[in-house]
Amino acid sequence: MPETIVVTVNRQPIVVPRGATVAVAVTMANSRCRSSVTGEPRSALCGMGICFECRVTVDGKPHRCGCQILCRSGMDVRIDG
Amino acid sequence: MARVARTFDVLVVGGGPAGMAASVHAAECGRRVGLVDDNPSLGGQIWRGESADVASDAARWAERSSKAGVEVLCGTRVFHHPAQGMLLAEREEDVFELRFGKLVLATGARERFLPFPGWTLPNVMGAGGLAAMVKSGLPIAGRRVVIAGTGPLLLAVAAGLRQRGAVVLAVCEQARWSSLLGFGGALLRDRQKLSQALILRKQLAGVRFLTGCWPIEAQGGGKLQAVVISRGERVACDYLACGFHLVPNTELAQLVGCQMRGGFVEVDEFQETSLSGIFCAGEPTGIGGLELSLVEGKIAGFAAAGHREQAVPYFKQRKKLEGFAKALHRAFSLRQELKALARPETFVCRCEDVSYRRLALQKSWRSAKLQTRCGMGPCQGRICGPATEFLFRWTPDSVRPPIFPVQMEHMSWMANQSESETQALVGGDS
Repeated sequence: MPETIVVTVNRQPIVVPRGATVAVAVTMANSRCRSSVTGEPRSALCGMGICFECRVTVDGKPHRCGCQILCRSGMDVRIDG
Repeated sequence: MARVARTFDVLVVGGGPAGMAASVHAAECGRRVGLVDDNPSLGGQIWRGESADVASDAARWAERSSKAGVEVLCGTRVFHHPAQGMLLAEREEDVFELRFGKLVLATGARERFLPFPGWTLPNVMGAGGLAAMVKSGLPIAGRRVVIAGTGPLLLAVAAGLRQRGAVVLAVCEQARWSSLLGFGGALLRDRQKLSQALILRKQLAGVRFLTGCWPIEAQGGGKLQAVVISRGERVACDYLACGFHLVPNTELAQLVGCQMRGGFVEVDEFQETSLSGIFCAGEPTGIGGLELSLVEGKIAGFAAAGHREQAVPYFKQRKKLEGFAKALHRAFSLRQELKALARPETFVCRCEDVSYRRLALQKSWRSAKLQTRCGMGPCQGRICGPATEFLFRWTPDSVRPPIFPVQMEHMSWMANQSESETQALVGGDS
């Protein structure tokens, strides 16, 4: 099995280690995870599914908690706003 | 969307050390046991990502769990307690009806975050938060990290990150040396903890450890570039890992109706809560670390399986570890200066971007929620609640379902399910 897999974050291909979470892929893509209600960039804070700062759209499904979802090959991750 | 029904003699919520110990011991007593956890794999935070290493404690417990026939449901988040003997949980598109005879709550703890200017910038994370991200694949080799806040977790995180090649520039512990000495005394009374501490010291040789020191401001445009610490020094870095010790995850226990005491779930000597047949183990009963969680989990597992006599030999060990937990609490209590870190414009509630200025006008958590929407976002006050508890001495409201955000379809399913249907569903168990 390959040690890395490729996902896209806002259409940009990102190579992540196997077992990486979506929040890791977004951080590796140098991207924010979301924009706050006043427009600030936000990214993972707690890393364990509590704070919801890393919520992103995964394969078309919005508000997914990025730190609790493992990357799958070809996964389409989108940042809202 | 599918509805999946499962029935267990013992249902354990939380797959960290306490939950793994509880489920293994209950299952080894011959009970049909389910273990549900919202993260992708077992181990909780402390053993996150370790089960791949067959020599690890995490792997040994996972193997025992599978041998004992524990049914593990990962990526599954409990959000509602619709009736006695049943919990509802969500996993991707599915809703699980989890019915149980006995319940063990092992929901762990989260970090306490305190607001300071710049703490909302990307790459400012919790101490455990950054550790979790790194254990989940985030490359850290060569990255410059400042670790700050309070608690023994800071050193463990520093050692873990350094092992993976991070450049740990400083560990800033808000507690004074004098308070830490008392903690050192407690370490000396426990050989296992002492040897862990000595290993940590070796791993951290050469790392700056600053006591009585905390972050004043995180700086950067778009993401973190530097942190200013309370000595006035500006440290350029890639990540700030900052957490102020731990707070228990008690939402589910409160939803179910367990009696609380001093912010923790009250339990008797068998780890049974005020509700018969509902047990609680690990951090929700008091922040005490890995060994205490394991012992409490064992006791809860035996007791939930109806083998109380097998739990009794572990009481002595638990008592000793509880002494350590008290020393922990004393050594790392928060100093008052930290209340002054937030500026008027600093956001305290990150979900709804509510500033310190707006919150300072409120009299209670309840009025803050109603007037400012503080605590009304997806985290449901899990981050800002403990912060405002410290900043303003507010106490949180009662807990209401769903205790985590759920998908609309599941929410409506929850609302549409009539009381009689619920009764019919659990009829066999009650």
